[in-house]
Amino acid sequence: MESAPAILVRDLHKSYGEVHAVQGIDFEVARGEVFGLLGPNGAGKTTTVEVLEGYRERTSGIVSVLGHDPSSRPRALRERVGIVLQSSGTYRHVTVRELVTHWAGLYRAPRDVDEVIGRAGLRECEDVRARRLSGGQARRLDFALALVGDPELIFLDEPTTGFDPAARRAAWETIRALADLGKTVLLTTHYLDEAQALCDRVAIVKDGRILAVGAPSQLGVGASSRYRVSWRTERGELVARETDDPTALLHQLTSAALARDVGVRDLSVTRPSLEDVYLELTASGEAAGGKAAW
Amino acid sequence: MSDVLALTWRQYRLERKMFWRNPSAAFFNFVLPLLFLALFGAVFAGSQTDLNVIVPGIAGMSVMTTTFVALAMNMVFLREQGVLKRLRGTPLPSGAYLAGLAAHALTNTALQLSIVIGVGALLFGVGLPEEWFMLAVFVGAGVVAFAALGVALSHAIPNFDSAPAYVNAIFLPVIVLSGVFYDANHAPTFLRDIAQALPLTHLVDGLSAAIVTGAPFADHVSDLVVILLWGTLGVVLAVRGFTWEARRG
Repeated sequence: MESAPAILVRDLHKSYGEVHAVQGIDFEVARGEVFGLLGPNGAGKTTTVEVLEGYRERTSGIVSVLGHDPSSRPRALRERVGIVLQSSGTYRHVTVRELVTHWAGLYRAPRDVDEVIGRAGLRECEDVRARRLSGGQARRLDFALALVGDPELIFLDEPTTGFDPAARRAAWETIRALADLGKTVLLTTHYLDEAQALCDRVAIVKDGRILAVGAPSQLGVGASSRYRVSWRTERGELVARETDDPTALLHQLTSAALARDVGVRDLSVTRPSLEDVYLELTASGEAAGGKAAW
Repeated sequence: MSDVLALTWRQYRLERKMFWRNPSAAFFNFVLPLLFLALFGAVFAGSQTDLNVIVPGIAGMSVMTTTFVALAMNMVFLREQGVLKRLRGTPLPSGAYLAGLAAHALTNTALQLSIVIGVGALLFGVGLPEEWFMLAVFVGAGVVAFAALGVALSHAIPNFDSAPAYVNAIFLPVIVLSGVFYDANHAPTFLRDIAQALPLTHLVDGLSAAIVTGAPFADHVSDLVVILLWGTLGVVLAVRGFTWEARRG
């Protein structure tokens, strides 16, 4: 049971009338994993997450969340899942502490209210009414309300969009703390650095399809990616070349240099960064779409 | 089941707390009907016949403000703010949530009616209700019908900015037509025909019988039937059109 994935998605499709928001997505999220759906706006990330959260009915495909089909919204599943929506208000005339306490009462086995307030960084505003909270505080309240039911799985839909850098760092700390508690986290983001900083694995999504899946550090290694070899010529010119097979290129380079008894200066071999892969994949979605199988 | 009751109770307590913390909502619910009662009481002072009309009339109006008006506005606001969507992601059963809201509305109605009837008895010489059972039946039916119709109306309102316009476009004509401020039997025939189709007319008739005339229940069964028909329509529309989030775009 423990080895079963927290989330399993097979060939998920979701259409709104003529608009095919999600066009055949497959992925799995292991228990305890922080998994990111990374992609530009309108890629289908939120639609995918809202199908998993039970807010939307899928058009076709197989979806399993903690062993349940989320479309019927079983209460047993809602007990075990915490949701941070992209944007959602709350009751305005109650304080942070009152809200977290009320939310705790909705669950059978909630976490301690004090602990949750502290963990979410709401200590200094726990007696402030929700309508007076700053944007960052309101987001931390979202985290607190999603965490207080002590869920196994937490959905975070664009948790830091619109944040200033300091607030983003603070939110990242909170998300890391969730992972440290052993929670499974599925987050969506259109920030590369966020995916890189938080996720064990990332799926790059565009136009309702997954273009690539892997650990952020490994994503550059796939079939579509190339090695980048750069060096300085004898005339001092910096040259870069991309190749699928750096071995041959390096051999040519170094043997030519050795034959003339000179060194190859500033030689470097780099794999594309997540940013390179992301930009390549999302800029040419049509071309990359053909390689969506891997 | 006990768990659903406990959650209903929690929701009810939260609604009560929030209601008293939001002065404008409390004002609209309590002070406006009382203001009408005071104004019309002053206008009709000395005419017991008119006072006997205005007290059950305002009582009927109070049922409508505390349920129909309050719920339509509140549901649009909560939907637009995303509160309903957030709640939907928790284990809270929707039945417990709606029951909590309904109990909250019923409490407001009961408080409001106590004040209106009390003022009627103490200041306007209307006397205490003749038929408590009938009063309870009509208030109960009225609360269910108008609460459901309020939720149903909230589905048709596109956003919170336009909510007062939609609500008042219905509420104001209805209270005038339904004989809240005058004896509907004295209105021109075509207005009377419209009024006969409206639930508030029949609620006011029933309340008038219970509070003022003491007419037997049997004479007012048809009033109850009309209210319950509206209530059924309201429940069907409220449930079928229910959405947890604002429409996109």
